[in-house]
Amino acid sequence: MSRIETIISELSSISNNPKKAMEDYKKETGKGAVGVMPYYAPEEIIHAAGLLPVGIWGGQKSISKARAFLPPFACSIMQSVMEMQLEGVYDNLEAILFPVPCDTLKCLSQKWKGTSPVIVFTHPQNRKLEAANKFLAEEYRLVREKLERILDVKITDEALTKSIDIYNENRKVMREFVDIAAAYPQIIDPIKRHAIIKARSFMEKSKHTAMVKELNSELKSLPVEDFTGKRVVLTGIMAEPNEVLEILKENGFAVVADDLAQESRQFRNDVPLGPDPLYRLAKWWQEFDGCSLATDAKKSRGPMLIDTVKSSKADAVVVCMMKFCDPEEFDYPIYYRQFEEAGIKSLFIEIDLETTSFEQTKTRVQSFSEML
Amino acid sequence: MTDTSNMSAKELLGFYQEELYEEARRAKKEGKLVCWSASVAPSEFCVTMDIAMIYPETHAAGIGARKGALDVLEVADEKGYNVDTCSYARVNMGYMELLKQEALTGKTPEKLEKSPAARIPLPDLVITCNNICNTLLKWYENLAVELNIPLIIIDVPFNHTMPIPQYSKDYIAEQFKNAISQLEEICGKKFDYDKFLKVQEQTQRSVAQWNRIASLSSHKPSPLNGFDLFNYMALIVCARSRDYAEITFKKFADELEENLKNGIYAFKGNEQKRVTWEGIAVWPHLGHTFKGLKNLGNIMTGSAYPGLWNLSYTPGDMSSMAEAYTRIYINTCLDNKVKVLSDIISGGKCDGVIYHQNRSCKLMSFLNVETADILQKGNHLPYVSFDGDQTDPRNFSPAQFDTRIQALDEMMKQNKEGVSNE
Ligand code: SF4
Ligand code: SF4
Repeated sequence: MSRIETIISELSSISNNPKKAMEDYKKETGKGAVGVMPYYAPEEIIHAAGLLPVGIWGGQKSISKARAFLPPFACSIMQSVMEMQLEGVYDNLEAILFPVPCDTLKCLSQKWKGTSPVIVFTHPQNRKLEAANKFLAEEYRLVREKLERILDVKITDEALTKSIDIYNENRKVMREFVDIAAAYPQIIDPIKRHAIIKARSFMEKSKHTAMVKELNSELKSLPVEDFTGKRVVLTGIMAEPNEVLEILKENGFAVVADDLAQESRQFRNDVPLGPDPLYRLAKWWQEFDGCSLATDAKKSRGPMLIDTVKSSKADAVVVCMMKFCDPEEFDYPIYYRQFEEAGIKSLFIEIDLETTSFEQTKTRVQSFSEML
Repeated sequence: MTDTSNMSAKELLGFYQEELYEEARRAKKEGKLVCWSASVAPSEFCVTMDIAMIYPETHAAGIGARKGALDVLEVADEKGYNVDTCSYARVNMGYMELLKQEALTGKTPEKLEKSPAARIPLPDLVITCNNICNTLLKWYENLAVELNIPLIIIDVPFNHTMPIPQYSKDYIAEQFKNAISQLEEICGKKFDYDKFLKVQEQTQRSVAQWNRIASLSSHKPSPLNGFDLFNYMALIVCARSRDYAEITFKKFADELEENLKNGIYAFKGNEQKRVTWEGIAVWPHLGHTFKGLKNLGNIMTGSAYPGLWNLSYTPGDMSSMAEAYTRIYINTCLDNKVKVLSDIISGGKCDGVIYHQNRSCKLMSFLNVETADILQKGNHLPYVSFDGDQTDPRNFSPAQFDTRIQALDEMMKQNKEGVSNE
C-alpha cells in the first residue's frame, strides 16, 4: 500500500469507528472523552483539559425507541442522536457539551436520555455587536468551570492558548487539504474526502493535523491529471450516509469544496488572536458567516457560495438538505434565487439518516449530471 | 373621530384592530415608515419613533382563521419554502411575495385581491426577537434581504440556567441601545427618551389590564372563556404600547367582573370540567376545537400562551425590561417551563391538560412529552395531546381531536369520581 493509501485507510477507519478511537485514546493517555453536540462548540476547552473531544453526529439508523420522545417532524440527525442516547451509545462520555443554535437543539438540550452530565450554553445571535462577544466569553467561562468541576481538572489560560494554536494549525491544514483534494479527484473521491475530514471529529487534533499534513505533501508530489467528471460544491449540514457520496462518485462528481456544518464551516475561519483565550473563542463566532445557524442580517451565505463556486471552478452546487432542518430550509429559497440570478446550477437532495432506499437520489443525480 | 365610549369590549377589539391596520395603510400613503414586527419583540422603540406597526404572526393567524391560508401557502411553496417550516412564516412570506409583485407591476395579483385578511402595506424595516423561537430570526433575515430593508435584531439567549444571569440582561440591554441608534439613523431623527418612558408606562398599563383578564379564569365557575383570550391576544400583540390595548382590556375585565358579581359565567351552568391548553390555537379550526370542548362541558381556564405577553418591568430600567423580554417560559429550561405551566394549571383550577403537538412549531412541541410526564407525576391530572398546526389547515384532523378530548373527558371524570369516593 502506498503511503497515501495507508493514511486514507487509517483515517477512514477512525471516522467509521469513533468508539475504537475513544478506547485507543484512553489506552494511550489514560483519559476519557467529552461529547460535542453540533454546532460550533469550543472544543478547545475540552482539549485543554486533556480529554478527547468527540463529535456527536448521529448515524445511519432506523428509528424506533426515539419515536416515543420526538415527533416524526424532528430533523433526521437528531432523531438518530436521540435513538443512540436511548441505546446508551454515549454513556461512556464524561460529559456532553451542548450548544443550542436552533429550536430543535434548545429542546433536545433539556432532554438528554443518556447518563452523562450535559453542559448547555447559548451562542448569541446579534453577533456583530461587541456585547455579543462579552456574552459568549461569559458563557464559555461557565462551560470551563463546569468542565473543571465534572472532570476534576484545572483548565488554565495557558493550556487553552496552546489548544487554540493546535486547532488553528489543524484548520489551516484542513483548508489546504480541501484545495489540494480538489486537484486530485481521481485519488480523493467524495467518500474518502468525507472520511478524512470527519476523522477530525474523533481524533486529538495535532495527530489529525500530522496525518493530513503528510497526506497533503504526498498528494502534491503527484502530477495533476485531467478530470473529465463534474466538479461540485456541497452545502448543508452534512452529506451522509456514504451511499449518497457513492452516488455522486458513480456519476463522476468530484467534491471540490464544501459548505457543510460537519466539514468546512468548522475550519474556514481561525480563532483570532488576542490576550484572553475565552474571548478569542467567542470572537470566532462573530467573524464566522454563511451558516444557517449564525444569524446574519446580510444573509451572506448565497454570495459566499457563489464565490466558492467561482474560486473552485465548480460546475454546480449540490444542496444536501437535512430532512426537517428548518434553519437550512429557510436559507434555501434565498440562495436558490441568488443562484438563478447568477446562472449557477444546483441540485437539491434530501439527507435522511434513516432511509435505506436511495433510488430517488440516484435518479436525481443522474439526470442532473446529464444536464451539466 | 369615532366615539368609542359606549362600545363593548368586543366592539372595541374589532374597532382597534381595524384602526391599527388603517393607520399602517395611511402611514404608507403619507410616506411614513411602516415596520413589521415579531409578536413579542419590544414594541416600545418603534412606537416612540411613531412608526406604524404590523405584526405578521397576528396577520397570518387572521388569514388562517378566515380560511385564506392555502392560497398564500401555495405562493410560499413556489418560492421554495419547505412545507415543514412554520406556517406563520410561510403565510407571511407568501403574502409578502404578492405585495411585492403588486408593487413591481402595479397590478394586484388575484390571490391578494381574494385574500380575506386585512390589507397590509410592505414594511420599510423589520424588527425581530427570538424569545419565542429562533425561527423568527430566519424568517426576518429573509424578509430583510428579499425587500432590501434594515433588520433590527433583539437576541435574547436561551436561558438554559435560571435565574437569568446579569450578563445576559446586560447583553440584551446593549442591544436595546443599538436598536435605538439604528432607529435614529433610519428615521433621521433623535430618539425621544421622555416619550420612551411614557410608552414604557403605557405598555405596563396595558399588561396590567391583560393580566387582570387572565386572572379572572381562576374563579370557579369562570366568568372568562379562555378561548376569548386567543382573540383578545391580537391587541396585546399589536397595541400593548398604545392605549388601545389598555382601554379594550380594561373594558373586558370590567365586563367580566360585573358578570361575576351577577353570577353570569362563561358556560352558564354548564361548566363541568376545566382544562389547560398548552400551545397556540388552531386558527383555521378554532370553532371546532372550542365547540368540541364546550359540548363536553369543558372550559379552558388555563393557557400559558397568553402569558407570553406578561411583560411587566420597571419603566426607565433597561435591565428590567431586558429581563421581561427574555424570561418568556419557552425561552427557559425545562424545570422553569414546568414550573410556569404548573402554576397555570393550578391557577386555573384545571382537571386536565391538552397539548397541541404543533407541526409548525418545533419549539412548542419537542418538549411536550417530558413536560406532560413531569407535570403528571406532580399533579396526577390526566392529559392528551393532538396533532395540529396554527395556520396550515391540512395538518389538523377534526376526528383525531374529537377522540382525544373525549378520552381526556373520560379520564377527568374518573379522576374526579375517584377523588370524591375517597
Ligand atoms: S440545525 Fe437542523 S439538522 Fe441541526 S439540529 Fe437544528 S434542525 Fe436539526
Ligand atoms: S409558531 Fe412557533 S415557530 Fe412559528 S413563529 Fe410561532 S413560535 Fe416561532
